[in-house]
Amino acid sequence: MFVLEQVSMSFQDQACIRGVDLSIPAGTTTVLIGPSGCGKSTLLKLMLGLLYPDAGSVRFADQTVQPDNARALRQRMGYVIQEGGLFPHLTARENITLMARFLGWPGDVQVARVHGLRTLTDFPANALDRYPAELSGGQRQRVSLMRALMLNPDVLLLDEPLGALDPMIRRDLQNELKDVFEQLNKTVVLVTHDLGEAAWFADSIVLMRDGEIAQRGSLEDLVTSPASRFVEQFVNAQRQPEGFGA
Amino acid sequence: MKRPCLLVGALALLLITAATPAAAQDVLVIGSKKFTESVVLGEIALALATDAGAEATHLRELGGSRVLFNALRDGEIHVYPDYTGTLALELLAQDTGGRTVDDVVLRGLLATRGIRMTRPLGFNNTYALGMRETRARELNISTVSDLVRYPGLNFGFSNEFMDRADGWPALRSHYGLPQTGVVGMDHDLAYRALESAGIDVMDLYTTDAEITYYRLRALQDDKNYFPEYHAVFLYREELDQQFPAFVHRLNTLTGTITQDQMVLMNARVKIDRVSESIVAADFLQLDSAVQQENFSQRLRRTTLAHLTLTGISLGLAILIAIPLGVFAARRPHFGHLVLGTVAIVQTIPALAMFVFMIPLLGIGAPPAIAALLLYSLLPIVRNTYAGLHDIPVELQESAEALGLPPSAKLRLVELPLATRSILAGIKTSAVINVGTATLGALIGAGGYGQPILTGIRLDDMGLILEGAVPAAILALLVQGAFSLLERWVLPRGLRLAQAGA
Ligand SMILES: Nc1ncnc2c1ncn2[C@@H]1O[C@H](COP(=O)(O)OP(=O)(O)OP(=O)(O)O)[C@@H](O)[C@H]1O
Ligand SMILES: [Mg+2]
Repeated sequence: MFVLEQVSMSFQDQACIRGVDLSIPAGTTTVLIGPSGCGKSTLLKLMLGLLYPDAGSVRFADQTVQPDNARALRQRMGYVIQEGGLFPHLTARENITLMARFLGWPGDVQVARVHGLRTLTDFPANALDRYPAELSGGQRQRVSLMRALMLNPDVLLLDEPLGALDPMIRRDLQNELKDVFEQLNKTVVLVTHDLGEAAWFADSIVLMRDGEIAQRGSLEDLVTSPASRFVEQFVNAQRQPEGFGA
Repeated sequence: MKRPCLLVGALALLLITAATPAAAQDVLVIGSKKFTESVVLGEIALALATDAGAEATHLRELGGSRVLFNALRDGEIHVYPDYTGTLALELLAQDTGGRTVDDVVLRGLLATRGIRMTRPLGFNNTYALGMRETRARELNISTVSDLVRYPGLNFGFSNEFMDRADGWPALRSHYGLPQTGVVGMDHDLAYRALESAGIDVMDLYTTDAEITYYRLRALQDDKNYFPEYHAVFLYREELDQQFPAFVHRLNTLTGTITQDQMVLMNARVKIDRVSESIVAADFLQLDSAVQQENFSQRLRRTTLAHLTLTGISLGLAILIAIPLGVFAARRPHFGHLVLGTVAIVQTIPALAMFVFMIPLLGIGAPPAIAALLLYSLLPIVRNTYAGLHDIPVELQESAEALGLPPSAKLRLVELPLATRSILAGIKTSAVINVGTATLGALIGAGGYGQPILTGIRLDDMGLILEGAVPAAILALLVQGAFSLLERWVLPRGLRLAQAGA
């Protein structure tokens, strides 16, 4: 679905992504993980066409993502960012249907679609007409997810969708999200810095360091055959406090 | 960005169309200068015009000689009173070489500009030196030459008279006056100084109302130093065809207003506080012709004029400033240019801004509206820019990621998010606008500035308050109205988000 070839990008003089090759097959869930500032969010934005590479190419469904087609391609991707990025002046429902309304979807189709998404994400019906300020953090994440899914995109890009939530809700939402991904059978790229969460979702984990891919594989691959000292350290560091079993 | 550009263009066009003098064809427009005598003469012309069956209006207190003369030349007004001396020595100085010339020459010079002049109305309002009657009698002074005998007298002259080449310096050498105690002072203060014997002699105009009030003696100009300032009416030549009856009546006035009558009329207005229209009607014995406006009628008229000035200028400013602010937020380079330009416009003193508009748009409401419009731009442009610029990055990114095209993004996401900031800018503009609009009266636009201006001229605190108090109340009302409006238009979600933050 996505094919990145030798993608490099820098902010001012600061190289941020260096020669990344990455291919993401349709229907799989890929998790980007790595220390803070390693370029996970930037890589996601490159895929979305919110940023463009200085060198190399980003291809989505066999088309190179470029300024002239990015907007059209983005309508086939759903994007969920940390903190949700919900528009405070619109209700939950208006946030979810903003793009559908702009595209002129008939009202009953919109209602049916929202109902389906609400059931899928287990979102309370009476909260649909509330404003983001009147929702809990978990509810906001769900609205953000519904907004991303509204146009039935081919892929779902999620940047730390559960980052700001407390552990209990986070666990619940992890379960729910996994169900959603399985039901929808979409291509998913998810960013997290929690290895446990990565293992929970991923068909394939991409561990990044300083704008490069340090290793790609299953959690088992990372644990049993780390490609470098960094991978070993990263896995061990995450292992101790979280205490998950591999 | 195409549509806002078109919009601005269309508005500019609208403004220019609105600015062309309306109904210049069938309404006779009379002007007057910014002092009592000119206003009285203007009212006399108005009463004559009405009596002659013409539809006429009087734009009072438009400004100085140059403003009135240019307005007449450009057809914005059709008639106004002036003085032969002013014409020869000031307005037509380029042609006369700055010397007094006779009326035939003046007529010829005016005719080349499409302007006609009546014969003198009677009185000569020139400079004179004045003393208290008692003091003059005591020293037996009745002419300027008599002053030579008293080198110790103190003189207090208006600053204009001190500085003018044909003022004090030339007068002194003409008469060989020996006095050294000469100071420049404000004209009104000079009257008081004369009364309290702080000075002995001051400059005055021979028809000043104060001459009777302070019991002054105007010394005779026995060596014919001062030029003659005979009052005349100037009018555009086409009035001969358009309003023949009025022109006829205007010419019957010639030679009928004596110096004493004019002093008395000035005094009735300035000292007895009788309105100029009544004084004019009394003089013409046309008491039925003028209907005296009462307080509430006057308030209604000034309020309407004021609201028109602020309403139109603010409305146009909003329509121009918001697209400019959007544009500034979109194009950083252009944005700095726009913000810098409107900020510079804002630094022009308001008074100067109004006067600058006269050559472009003439006098009356259109130039005042244009000046107010320019003045209202900055707060709205800046707040629109800031409102858009300060939208959190993640919201901009979300809108972008949804795939909304720029125009839809602006309409559905960015402008609603910037509402609070934009409204605050409009509110600031509106409050400034209401206050600044009082200056509109200086260029004939009416409004609350009119009673203030007249009040200053007549030294009438009541009249000043009649303009100042409603202006202040209006500003408060505007402020209140915007607070209500904010509740009404600000998206509910934003208010909640604000309360939570
Ligand atoms: N707009 C920007 N301008 C300049 N530098 C940027 C910008 N955005 C990101 N960077 C830099 O690029 C690098 C990668 O940033 P990125 O946001 O991709 O990190 P990340 O892996 O998502 O980190 P985190 O886990 O903290 O979210 C960082 O060093 C960051 O400082
Ligand atoms: Mg990030």
